[in-house]
Amino acid sequence: MKTRGNPQEDRPMPDTETREQRIFRLSRRKALKGLAAGVGALAIPGRKASALTWQDFLQKNFRELTRAEVETVIARLEKEYSARFKKDVKVKATPPIEGVLYGYGLDLSRCIGCRRCVYGCVDENNQSRDPQIQWIRVLQLEKEKGVDLEHAEYYYNPREVPAPGHFYMPVQCQQCRLPPCVKVCPVQATWKEIDGIVVVDYNWCIGCRYCMAACPYGARHFNWKKAGLPAGEMNPETHYLGNRPRPVGVVEKCTFCIQRTREQPGKYPACVEVCPTGTRKFGNLLDPESEIRYIIENKRVFILKEDLNTQPQFYYFYAT
Amino acid sequence: MKKIWEFFKGTLVLVAKGSKAYYTWLLFLLTLMTIGTFAYAYQLKSGLIVTAMRDQVSWGFYISNFTFLVGVAAAAVLLVIPAYVYHWKPIKEIAVLGEMLAVSAMVMCLLFVTVDIGRPDRFWHLIPKIGILNFPQSLLAWDVVVLNTYLVLNLTIAVYVLYQMYHRREPNKAVFNPLVLFSIPAAVAIHTVTAFLYNGLSARPFWNASILAPRFLASAFCSGPAFMIVIFQVLRKYTKTDIKNEAIFKIAELIAYAMFINLFLLGAEVFKEYYSNTIHLAPMEYLYQGLKGHSDLVPYIWTATFFNVTAFILFLVPQTRENFLTLNIGCVLIFTGIYIEKGMGLVIPGFVPGALGEIYEYSPTGIEILLTIGIWATGFFVYTMLLRVAIPILNGDFHVGDDGVTPVIGDDRFIVRRPGFVSGRSDAEADLEASA
Repeated sequence: MKTRGNPQEDRPMPDTETREQRIFRLSRRKALKGLAAGVGALAIPGRKASALTWQDFLQKNFRELTRAEVETVIARLEKEYSARFKKDVKVKATPPIEGVLYGYGLDLSRCIGCRRCVYGCVDENNQSRDPQIQWIRVLQLEKEKGVDLEHAEYYYNPREVPAPGHFYMPVQCQQCRLPPCVKVCPVQATWKEIDGIVVVDYNWCIGCRYCMAACPYGARHFNWKKAGLPAGEMNPETHYLGNRPRPVGVVEKCTFCIQRTREQPGKYPACVEVCPTGTRKFGNLLDPESEIRYIIENKRVFILKEDLNTQPQFYYFYAT
Repeated sequence: MKKIWEFFKGTLVLVAKGSKAYYTWLLFLLTLMTIGTFAYAYQLKSGLIVTAMRDQVSWGFYISNFTFLVGVAAAAVLLVIPAYVYHWKPIKEIAVLGEMLAVSAMVMCLLFVTVDIGRPDRFWHLIPKIGILNFPQSLLAWDVVVLNTYLVLNLTIAVYVLYQMYHRREPNKAVFNPLVLFSIPAAVAIHTVTAFLYNGLSARPFWNASILAPRFLASAFCSGPAFMIVIFQVLRKYTKTDIKNEAIFKIAELIAYAMFINLFLLGAEVFKEYYSNTIHLAPMEYLYQGLKGHSDLVPYIWTATFFNVTAFILFLVPQTRENFLTLNIGCVLIFTGIYIEKGMGLVIPGFVPGALGEIYEYSPTGIEILLTIGIWATGFFVYTMLLRVAIPILNGDFHVGDDGVTPVIGDDRFIVRRPGFVSGRSDAEADLEASA
């Protein structure tokens, strides 16, 4: 099967120029252009700030909002996004379903490394296209070495996958039961919901990136600049804690497609749905009849970096 | 109240007055600060994309500088202990200069954290009650608490001592002693907490070593005092300050011990990683040897190692320690060596290789460098302002008048070359000269 896009392809870089030189050249040129214009940005929120900006600035942590306040916030965000993307954008705040604890299974014997999941996720979750943010990373590993991250290849780009002698391991947020990222956040902008999903309040995050240093799975991503999200590609079905457009300067991550999985009837996460090989399994860990429970009981599963005691809700297994 | 107001007005008059050299120095700093401000404005407008930080290496030059400067702030404690615990007079006279250095270093630390965060407009989320400070869970919350405490503490002590000296009074021991004694564990705390900030992350094996906090402390007792030694010499050459050689040599001796411990702990760490040779060796390999052809940091860390070892020898041997040429060379070597080791040499290998083994080579962009220069200039500016008030008080050129309210200012130049003045002489020599 053909691979989809190498993450590096979109950034052409002449061979003669090193990365440092390029960054320096770009930043110097931009600096000269932007210096004067930039001074105005110092005032936050400035004189021209509308009432909406002030509401945004003064908004409390999501978990401290009353139901009425959540509705006000959501109405404000829907208005803002609808105007920005010129379509009717819906922002939900669906709470967890009682008796549900999400679990994820990934069959390493089936994955062929086509990266359909990576881009299915981007399309569903409104990640920035420029610069590219991807919540799933697929590692190409050598069969001889097994799961050896030090020898993983990220930017593999053969004509066809799977490449001989290799297997593939997608990694995304493992939704740990003891998430190190939650522990370190200085302002409680990220937490674990009762259904097991680790979420971020993008309106509360201060962008210190301590959680990114703490995550052992590289699952957290930062909005280094304003997200480049074309209106035409924007998915208008969003959740406050999930795929709504993110502001610049905050951290984001996989939420098991909270906007899909929490609905009743629910939908599978986009990555599960898009996978052409049936590698990805998803279900309720509390339901003895669920597929994920069947896998745990009948296959041999393992978790990534079990020595760190993060206790993921994400199980890798070899079905065949 | 009126007394305090008059004192405050007096300090304003002081900082506004000075020699040409003083104005030139301030103008130079203000220029750099302006450039830094423009760089920050540009970064705010464009986002942190203008830095070289990316998801793989999510902290860079700013946090490296922050970490190093937390160490510099320790200079104070190395002066406070001999001054106030052992009442050693030569250092007691100048301990306040160390406390002011701590204040300036803390200001820089807070600025470096501010420019590093993605949403500085949301800083109020960190304020307890108004926002949510995740204390005691998050070590960053601890750091916010101890850094601010240390800043306020040192500022209070320094201002109080100077205010009393200005009134020609001894400090009130009941107030002063507990504060000074508290500043000693507080200095240890800022280092320990900052080290724990890294230390507690199981995801980053390079930092997840229990030797980290002791190493932080040891290196801090080198870099800050080394800076102090140079500053002391500049001060006694260009301002009316008398700092005795004994004080300087004693500090240099203490640095030698601290550097020995620092090198020993580093050796222990290097041995453990290389001998056990697990996958957790990779970050250290990246730092000292280069990994899979990526070796940006290698020349820097070897330079730092060479500098630190050389300085250790210079400071250990009494002949070179008490020779101002070799002493100053040693100070510069230590300051640079620790700046590399405790800065980029500590922060970057934490991220390389990344949590999933990826190697991203980080080196700061022009914007990061300009902004950093701006913050250093701000630190020097703050220190200069503090010294501009402190030094006339210390040498008696700024004190309260006979009416007990109006300030008397006897020095309106501050920075001047003092030809023919022999500084650093011992009291015995001075007596001899006076009798002659």
